[in-house]
This record gives sequence, structure tokens and C-alpha cells, in this order.
Amino acid sequence: MDTKKMAIIATKGTLDWAYPPFILASTAAALGYETQIFFTFYGLQLVRKDLSGLKVSPLGNPGMPMKMPFGPKWFKSINWNMPNAIQSLVPGYESVATGLMKMTIANNGVATIPDLRSLCQEAEVKFIACQMTVELFGFEHADFIDGLEYGGAATFFEFAGETDICLFI
Amino acid sequence: MNFDKELDARGLNCPLPILRAKKALAEVGSGQVLKILSTDPGSVKDFAAFAKQTGNELLSTAEAGGEFTFFMKKK
Repeated sequence: MDTKKMAIIATKGTLDWAYPPFILASTAAALGYETQIFFTFYGLQLVRKDLSGLKVSPLGNPGMPMKMPFGPKWFKSINWNMPNAIQSLVPGYESVATGLMKMTIANNGVATIPDLRSLCQEAEVKFIACQMTVELFGFEHADFIDGLEYGGAATFFEFAGETDICLFI
Repeated sequence: MNFDKELDARGLNCPLPILRAKKALAEVGSGQVLKILSTDPGSVKDFAAFAKQTGNELLSTAEAGGEFTFFMKKK
């Protein structure tokens, strides 16, 4: 039987959007898929050495529940979502939301992004960074983790054209 | 049921139980049995799907008090 293949284009650079590509790629690798992720535009944030810049923003995101990860049950069930106009005025709102999200992630036994990324690399998921956006955003190759390849759209198609599953995230 | 290796994936959430199981299966020989403990309700369907796609055989699935026990035989 031929090995199944999956290609993902990762275009988002926030903590919440970091999960789908790494969860799907690591799982696909565990199922025996040959897997490749092409990181472009804001997705480049996911392959930087320093992942501390990954944040989650409740601003303009009405789908995001804002619940406290600590305290009694009645307190945890309150949804603290507030109007965008107010969120945008509170300094450090994103950082606080990100801290609470990380706590929620840990409380639920969900892996961290650095862990999931290492699991992908251990499972030989191939990471390709878009050279054009690396230059566009003024990044250096030294900003990114080892084991990354750099290429463009044609590089992506070379593999993507033979895949069973191809996702744009 | 007899088993050759045990994996405690309790408290872990998707996709960690599957990833840990894959790793644990790599450490046993063909025909040997891995026992997996999990508390993730999604793992019931996930382990069935994992077995189906990888060719490893899911011998049994059991639930008791919110805890799931799987026995998987390596291909």
C-alpha cells in the first residue's frame, strides 16, 4: 500500500490558530501519513525559536468564551466577554487573556504548542517556511528553529500535488 | 487480559493519548498487547479509528467511572 500523504498551509500566527496545524500533523504522522506543513505569512510565527509571542485575542472574536480557569464552579461558568470598544481600551487585555488561556490549556491536559511542535518534528513532519514572507516581514533564518526548509509556492505544489489530504489553515 | 506494556494516558487530551500510544506501540513487538488507560471521552472513537487506519487490532474497550481501558495488539 502506498503511504498516504497530507499537506497543510499554516497562515495564522496566534496561539489558538497554532493548534490545528500541529494537532493534525502530529496525528497524521502517528497514523502513518507522510506530512508536510508550509508556513506562510503570519504562520511563520509558529516556527520561530521563541514562541512567547503567540497570543490569543478576544478582540473582534465573538466566538471566544472568556471564562476563568480557577475558582468555584459557578465562578468558572461566567462568560466575561465584553464589547470590543471596552476591550480595546484596557491595556494588557490580550496578555491577560493569553495567560488565562494557557492556564485553561494546562488544566485540561491539552499539550502546549512547543510540545506539539517537537512531537511533529520527532515524527518527521517536514516543515517548510515561505522564503518570500520571511523577507517580507524582515525575519532572518536565525529567528527560526533548526530543521526548517525554505521554499516557495512551487516547492509546496511538488508535495501537495501528490497528497490525499490538503488543508489551508 | 494479559498485556506486555501499559500506557497511562489519564488526564491527557487529544491528540496526546494517540501520540503516546503510537510511541508505546513502537516499543513492543508484533503480536504483543498494549494496555492503555485514558480519561478523554474522545479517545473511544479515536482509538477505534487509529486501529482501523494503522492495522493494529483493538481487542477491547471498557469504561468504568469515567476511565477508559483499551487493549491493543500490535500488527
